[in-house]
Amino acid sequence: MITIIALALLGLLTLFLGLMRRKAWLLPVILAVLAGTMILTWCAWDFHPGIAARMLIQDQQTRDFSLVMLFSVFLIFLFAGHYYRPVVRPLEDVYAVMLFALVGGVMMVLSGNLIVLFLGIETLSIALYILAGSHKEVLTSNEATLKYFLIGSFISVFLLFGIALIYGSTGSFDLGEIARYTGSHAGIWPPVFRAGLYLLIVGLAFKIALVPFHFWAPDVYEGTPTLLTAFMASMVKTAGIVTLFRLFTMGFREAHTLWEPTLGILAALTILLGNLTGLYQLTVKRMLAYSSIAHSGTMILAVLALGGQPATVLLFYTLTYSIATITAFAVIILVREVRGNDRIDSFNGLGKTNPVEAFCMAAALFSLTGIPPLAGFFAKFFLFSAAIHAGYLWLVLIAIAGSAVSAGYYFKPVIAMYLKEGDGMELKSTNSYRVFLVFVTALTFLLGILPFLVTIS
Amino acid sequence: MITLVLIGLPLLFALVVFILRGEKTIRLTALLGSLITFGWAVVAWVNYAHFCKCSVLFKTAWLAGSGVSLQFGMDGISLLLVMLTTFLVPVIIGSAWKHLYLKPAAFFGLILLLETAFLGVFTAFDGLVFYIFWELALICSWFICAVWGGKDRIRITFKFFIFTFTGSLLILAALLFLYFRSPAPHSFDYRWLYDAQLTTWEQRWIFAAMVIGFAVKIPVFPLHTWQPETYTTAPAQGTMLLAGIMGKMGIYGTIRWLIPVVPEAVAELSQPVIILAITGILYASLIALRQDDLKRLVAYSSIAHMGLITAGLFTLRPEATDGAVIQMVSHGINVVGLFCLLGFIEARTGTRSMADLGGLANQAPWLAAFFMVILLGFISLPMTNGFVGEFILLLNLFETNILFAAVAGLTIIFSAVYMLWMYQRVMLGDPVLPGRSAGSPIRDLSPAEVLVLIPLVIMIFWIGIAPGMFLKLITL
Repeated sequence: MITIIALALLGLLTLFLGLMRRKAWLLPVILAVLAGTMILTWCAWDFHPGIAARMLIQDQQTRDFSLVMLFSVFLIFLFAGHYYRPVVRPLEDVYAVMLFALVGGVMMVLSGNLIVLFLGIETLSIALYILAGSHKEVLTSNEATLKYFLIGSFISVFLLFGIALIYGSTGSFDLGEIARYTGSHAGIWPPVFRAGLYLLIVGLAFKIALVPFHFWAPDVYEGTPTLLTAFMASMVKTAGIVTLFRLFTMGFREAHTLWEPTLGILAALTILLGNLTGLYQLTVKRMLAYSSIAHSGTMILAVLALGGQPATVLLFYTLTYSIATITAFAVIILVREVRGNDRIDSFNGLGKTNPVEAFCMAAALFSLTGIPPLAGFFAKFFLFSAAIHAGYLWLVLIAIAGSAVSAGYYFKPVIAMYLKEGDGMELKSTNSYRVFLVFVTALTFLLGILPFLVTIS
Repeated sequence: MITLVLIGLPLLFALVVFILRGEKTIRLTALLGSLITFGWAVVAWVNYAHFCKCSVLFKTAWLAGSGVSLQFGMDGISLLLVMLTTFLVPVIIGSAWKHLYLKPAAFFGLILLLETAFLGVFTAFDGLVFYIFWELALICSWFICAVWGGKDRIRITFKFFIFTFTGSLLILAALLFLYFRSPAPHSFDYRWLYDAQLTTWEQRWIFAAMVIGFAVKIPVFPLHTWQPETYTTAPAQGTMLLAGIMGKMGIYGTIRWLIPVVPEAVAELSQPVIILAITGILYASLIALRQDDLKRLVAYSSIAHMGLITAGLFTLRPEATDGAVIQMVSHGINVVGLFCLLGFIEARTGTRSMADLGGLANQAPWLAAFFMVILLGFISLPMTNGFVGEFILLLNLFETNILFAAVAGLTIIFSAVYMLWMYQRVMLGDPVLPGRSAGSPIRDLSPAEVLVLIPLVIMIFWIGIAPGMFLKLITL
């Protein structure tokens, strides 16, 4: 609760700072308050099984995932100043909408009630429609927002219809009540309930871009301003997956025979098609879009494997994935700034002209591939162990095959940076930007060498 | 603790080398680092053989509560491979003495980092730690080959990477699965994995996954296709590291992590592996006969030799393991010597094509002499190191199946044919290199180069004449 309030107030504050034309204050204030909110969330979390009539659930799990999302957004704001350097106006609207999207994400994670869940999803989505089109003079940005908006609002109907059917059969929006209902009606769930459940799956699968509901994602990722693509690929992805995880492990745990096969097949398809299609992409942004699709497939393994267990595995995965993705996008921002595009051959020769940036990019991509001793390896390691333990060996084998395929595209930028000759043009990186890059890369190494820093807490 | 220092030393020097400036300082530091590591390995050996008679162990919990521990130690097999690695790396660094590489700090730093990875692979007692070093070795060697390699290196090293990375992932899957079948509370310690409870089918798929993973690295036919191209395009030092040490990781993995873990499946399915390995021997030998590029020839002959080791190992006879280990050491020394000499020849003549070479012995008698000695080791002449291992391996194959031994024995004949033919074409006869016959004599070996080769020659005869002290280590 305290997190949501702090973030919403920060959003309003940002808007007022914009009104008062305090451009120089904007980012420092946002970063400071975000850091403060993280500390507040960490220290002053009011553990509570359900506040406001069980609308929000504040347990350790929701606290940790909220922290992951806050941290991702914090990292993105670190890079925001450089990205928006050429823009003269204060941009308070964009920053505020990002913060409101974060409020929506935190609400999704905290929700203990389908209505709050839907509110969270819509808060997040509407903010994202705006963000996707925030470069309104660029045609692709307009395309992205239109596609995202049309498909997203269409999908919201599925979600809403699913929620309605669930309410119709269980008589409650409350996840605890729904869990009690699914438990007491085990095996004899009425068709209305089943239909509602599957509609929910479809809706959420669209939101987190599982195959075959993924086709909006690459276009939207490509057209969206790069900084906000990083936002979508990290914070929004985390919110979606965690929502799915909590919904199915809390509300519909007892009905797992209904959704486990479906989610398993969706995960397998997502991993395979996401990675295979990634091989054929020419731009790094599209490539990372498919990578993010494939990673959501892998994260579904956690939903299947973890049952009622603590979700540290998923926590570690979302954290390391977000950090690596943000690092990669931060380098893409630099490349796009100089070359105007992010085709793979635009990365040629970076290893020579910009060794620091190239190294950070390579480390991020290696982490996403899952190569030890980087953090991404342990993320996959913990997740695969849990899945094998739960009896999902077949899915783990598919995920491992997917990792092998993913090396095929993650290495393309690395090869371009280190092995191909570029035109010698240097990226316009500033010292502070470089420090931030090194900081996030150091995190990737740190979590790889000492993964228990996160997994113990 | 000794083992930990052993792994830490090259790592430390690698980090120092990465930040150093100045060509000469970098070379000296790298050489010094590898020599100190070798010295420390000798200390470990003496300690093992004379004082401790037990594995030199270091252990600490790493991922608390999940059965992953940082655990390093050595038994005789590890010790021999550690000696091989620490012995070869100074030679390899020395062989690059006169060669100018771009970005020398990165090049020599990566070689030392790769040595760390090798030592980690050979001493890890914990499956996950083993895997991490295994991947580290892959990344380092990929960078060495891809950045400093020759023609068409991007495509070729990419193929190398994808092949071996896929193999590694299969090993990871098998290790993860084994972990959950190990006695509770689960552990990745290899001695716990040996006690894993597995059904027949589980044993079979673990066997399949691990055999593929290790066979890619060795490489065994038909998973060898990355090898000749990669060896050819890699820089001379990269080829030596790959052929001399990295291929041995596959065999070592088989001995430590495959055969004792799923013994029943291995016993059941060893025949197909032997047949594949022997097919590879024949196939690679025949192709080697037709090669014109010197490096490609040695690459193919390497497949044949590693095939013999694999075939012998999978007879599962206890003595065959001795043969395999001693032959790993011998082959490592010989192949590094050969590639080293090929590098010297290429540096002098600018070509590796046998059609363009000839009559080098007249102008460079020392080069020819060293070439002959190492070549004799390579074709397993009695009294050289190659003979000991191949003899034991063939003997075991013979006692398993005469047909196997007969076909595998062809390696020795074939390798004599193509190697001696190569010698004849390169060293004897008339110099046919255009422009060479008239004048501009080819330089003989410099003292520094002789200094690099002498340790190799000493080892060739030492192992050949007194293999007992090495064999004793394995069975200790």
